[in-house]
Amino acid sequence: MAVTLEKIPGQEERVILSMGPQHPSTHGVLRLVLELDGETVIRSLFDIGYLHTGFEKSFEALTYSQGITLTDRMDYLAPLSNNLGFCLAIEKLLDLEAPPRAQWTRVLLTELTRIQSHLVWLGSHALELGAMSVFLYCFREREDILRIFELVSGQRMMTSYFRVGGLALEPPLGWLRRVEKFVQMFPARLQEYEDLLTKNPIWLKRTVGIGTISAEDAVALSLSGPSLRASGVNWDIRKAEPYSSYEKFQFNVPTRPEGDVYARYLVRMDEMRESLKIVRQAMEGMPEGPIKANAPHVVLPDRESMKTSIEALIYHFKLVTEGFHPPVGEVYQTIESPRGEIGFYIVSDGSPKPYRCHVRAPSFGNLTTLLKIIEGRLLADVVACIASLDTVLGEIDR
Amino acid sequence: MATLSDFPLLLLATLAKVVVVLVVLLTTIAYTVWLERKVVAHIQSRWGPYLVGPHGLLQPVADGLKFLFKEDIIPDQVDRLIFCLAPLLAFTLAFLSISVIPFGESVTLAGHTIPLQITDLNVGLLFILAVTSLGVYGVALAGWSSNSKFPLFGGLRSSAQLISYELTLGLAVVGVVMIAGSLSLREIVEQQHGLWNIFKQPLGFLLYFTAAIAETNRTPFDLPEAESELVGGYHTEYSSFKFAMFFMAEYANMVTVSCLATSLFFGGWLGPVFGPPIVRSLLPVVWFALKVLTFLFVYIWIRGTLPRFRYDQLMNFGWRFTLPLALLNVLGTSLIVAWRSA
Repeated sequence: MAVTLEKIPGQEERVILSMGPQHPSTHGVLRLVLELDGETVIRSLFDIGYLHTGFEKSFEALTYSQGITLTDRMDYLAPLSNNLGFCLAIEKLLDLEAPPRAQWTRVLLTELTRIQSHLVWLGSHALELGAMSVFLYCFREREDILRIFELVSGQRMMTSYFRVGGLALEPPLGWLRRVEKFVQMFPARLQEYEDLLTKNPIWLKRTVGIGTISAEDAVALSLSGPSLRASGVNWDIRKAEPYSSYEKFQFNVPTRPEGDVYARYLVRMDEMRESLKIVRQAMEGMPEGPIKANAPHVVLPDRESMKTSIEALIYHFKLVTEGFHPPVGEVYQTIESPRGEIGFYIVSDGSPKPYRCHVRAPSFGNLTTLLKIIEGRLLADVVACIASLDTVLGEIDR
Repeated sequence: MATLSDFPLLLLATLAKVVVVLVVLLTTIAYTVWLERKVVAHIQSRWGPYLVGPHGLLQPVADGLKFLFKEDIIPDQVDRLIFCLAPLLAFTLAFLSISVIPFGESVTLAGHTIPLQITDLNVGLLFILAVTSLGVYGVALAGWSSNSKFPLFGGLRSSAQLISYELTLGLAVVGVVMIAGSLSLREIVEQQHGLWNIFKQPLGFLLYFTAAIAETNRTPFDLPEAESELVGGYHTEYSSFKFAMFFMAEYANMVTVSCLATSLFFGGWLGPVFGPPIVRSLLPVVWFALKVLTFLFVYIWIRGTLPRFRYDQLMNFGWRFTLPLALLNVLGTSLIVAWRSA
């Protein structure tokens, strides 16, 4: 039964507009029900679930390692961040730590993920406000990052590159040169987008003072990530609860006090610069050493050792056919994904498959603020607000 | 002076002109679409159409054929008569206004001088303004008769926008009319022999061009068909050739507006003329075409660069900014004209 707005008795009839789920700017399949007076939104509701694929239930049918592949598909714009969150949660459960080189590589790749996710956001945001060229520029640069992902993991989007205890594969020789090339090229490109938008009077008119959300409301409605920081709340998991050696990197957390669409735009633009800084540090300080933790009961052995050692072969067989057995217990791990705070709550009953896995998806929290900020706004602002919150429906409809 | 015995020849000449102009206009429209796709593609570091013909030059033909063969869907809920009438209206009116635009001076054929213009109305400019104003009916009726919400919003937006910018458009050209003392486009062009009007009416030109972009529903004023807000705007429910008609009407309007800008502000067909007689009489047409092409390019360039206004901002911009400026321009020009003639 589709969600709809009931008519308030005694009130004159207004236009009820069903926007989505096949609307071009609802970022996938969000459906909004808007009651309009002219083009002004009086009341609104959202209807989610059109992309429901039952990820959380599916986790229960897969071993922990297999579950990683599902996390890619939840937030399909930030696959590596999701991989990382899930792996860290299981590592916490196992009390296992990935070796430094794996941690550094993870940081490098998740920051690249942040940049490419923000590029998609910027592109679609600009497209929705009518600036078409920025969209294609962003996707041009995103393509470079996706090629790096492909180089490293063999996949452009559904990477599943991080594994419990380390990385899936030894990254190819010379891959850092490709990253280096990107790091060299990107600041100029970022400037190009800013030249087109940041001081453009039409862009300012469409974004400044639109969709303002106060810091109190933002916290109360569980907004997180860049959108939260654009409301003046300095909260970043990378600083607050560092994971994967983030404490060893120098970077700033950009915040803005205004809380409008423009502030969210500026924060994300600055974040891309900061991410670039982290990528550079990770690249320069990349430690030597193994990419997997020394935990044979959890981590798949190398091909070489499988051919020379019987134990390795047995572990390989056990891990592939059955999976590993974490201790009984429950664990919660959050990380800072490009969209905000993504948390994985895993309950283990000691079997190789999770008893329950719940995901705290940042997009879901962010979307809840939408109805508040579009109230009394024009239809065109609704589009700007949806874009500025940067939601991914795959993550909302787990 | 034309006598009755010349009548068949003149009729023939006029018919020939109509056919030539129509064919040229349709081709121009088709290739403006190609140009737009190509230019925007290169702005956005893409290739654009490339597969159909060399550099995608046959793409417009393919697109046209595709439109012809698509299923023509008329949804159940529409007001059939008006739904079918609206694209026709938009299409016809868009093509009508081209008839008073002079493309060149004249050619002499078999002792007869034939002006390069379908008809030289003495109120040509007024005619164009009237016809383009009527064009809003096509869009408004399309939005209304579709009986669907998104087209309705598109139609409403469009009507409001066209009416607001019509005023600015009309007032922006008043300056030129006052200087020329005529509403005939041929005369306005001929008076620019010494100096193009752009130098006498720079503000008038800027206002005209702004209003013209709004009139033709182009970025940054493309609100009636803002695809990110209204899906397809007023033509959401249209398909096949009815949609193509709207599409062609939009580009025809762009061409008309560019032709008008050229004639009013950039000396129309005027330019250096040399060579044998036939070249001398055709070279002006080339100048005219080049100027119009430049305008079309600017249109496309703007589309590749700017974001879109919001509906209310557009209205504010129209009523509070461009309209007062246009009035000021009229006032200033009239003062100067009065001072000169005194």
